[in-house]
Amino acid sequence: MRTFNFAAEGEKINPLIPHTAELVVGAIAFTLLFLVLRKAVVPMFEKAFAARTEAIEGGIKKAEQAQLDAQRALAQYNEQLSSAQGEAARLRDEARVQGAAILEELRTKAQDEANRITAAAHASIEAERQQAVTSLRNEVGALAVELASKIVGEALDDQARQSRIVERFIEDLEKSK
Amino acid sequence: MINLHFSGEGFVPPSTNDFNLPPIFENIAWLTKPVLLVFLSVILVSLFFVISARKAAVVPSKLQFAGESIYAFVRNDLARDVIGHDFMRFVPYLFTLFTFVLTNNIFGIVPFLQFPAMSHVGFPYVLALFSFFVFHYVGIRKQGLGKYLKDIAFMPGVPKAVYILLTPIEIATFFLVRPLTLSLRLFANMFAGHLLLLVFIMGGEYMLHDSHLIMKIFAPFSFTFGIALTFFEFMVQCLQAYIFTLLTALYIAGALADEH
Repeated sequence: MRTFNFAAEGEKINPLIPHTAELVVGAIAFTLLFLVLRKAVVPMFEKAFAARTEAIEGGIKKAEQAQLDAQRALAQYNEQLSSAQGEAARLRDEARVQGAAILEELRTKAQDEANRITAAAHASIEAERQQAVTSLRNEVGALAVELASKIVGEALDDQARQSRIVERFIEDLEKSK
Repeated sequence: MINLHFSGEGFVPPSTNDFNLPPIFENIAWLTKPVLLVFLSVILVSLFFVISARKAAVVPSKLQFAGESIYAFVRNDLARDVIGHDFMRFVPYLFTLFTFVLTNNIFGIVPFLQFPAMSHVGFPYVLALFSFFVFHYVGIRKQGLGKYLKDIAFMPGVPKAVYILLTPIEIATFFLVRPLTLSLRLFANMFAGHLLLLVFIMGGEYMLHDSHLIMKIFAPFSFTFGIALTFFEFMVQCLQAYIFTLLTALYIAGALADEH
């Protein structure tokens, strides 16, 4: 090892022989730098790298999650749509059936009403006819009596007798018919 | 600092003596320029990386990006790609090695500093010694002292007769050649590079001061070549820092591997 008695002019120095001081200084300086970098630099850069990786991977994961959610929502909507369509078709069929039933019921009701009205009309016609027959019979009787009395010249005032004669007369008429 | 070598007797080329700088203060013998530069490099590198790493932001500032890029280069391209699994343990060491050597190398062309501390062989020796201990320690821890030494001396999978030749070579490689080449490569490159720059710059200066006109005319060429060599030196300085770190990583990877 060479110390610091500097070479005189012309004396050759072997550059491969180190200074003791430089060995010591080199070791100390390098160790110092190593400690500083290991303590304060490497962990910080590693932290930054990790955070960056985390951020990128987190972003990708988030995007994937969003896509998954969207797909699930789409499937759900499609399902709801198809079920709604089925429901609508069912309702339409039901309405058609119900409409037909209502129509049928109304038709039956109308028919009944018509029958009822027809029957009532028949009854009333019959009654009126009966009435007409009765009144006609009375009138015809009176006329006939009048006619007869005129013919016979004899007033048959007695109402009861009159009636009897008319009844008999009409019955004869009917019988002879 | 560098005594100019022009006297009446003609040009005296720069020699190894130009690397042996006197102490800055007369009475503190150990405090020479390279020692000061080494401490300066520790301060500069520490400051730069501590400040750039302080925030550790997800979106980095320009400064953080710069520091991070250098760190990522050592971490990914040197440590991870070479050592592989379990590389994080060695990142602080390799990172320190790279930045320390690089900064001290580049001091060789930084104006006013202009001296590569690694051209003083003491510093490369220390670094190579550290690397030497690190990779042997790692190998012994991983495989046990006996198996580690046995694998070095008797490389597995080799015919027995070859051991006569191979064993001395392997032992020499692992315990002598590796640390020596590691340190001497760095030292010699920085030493030679600095010497080359001295030749052209001092030669130019000598020619400029010469009384002949022809010499004065050719002086700028010498300076131009010196500047061109400065760029070349910059490349060599980066390359040597890279090689030193890469080889250390390779040695560690070799010691970690099951078979050499």
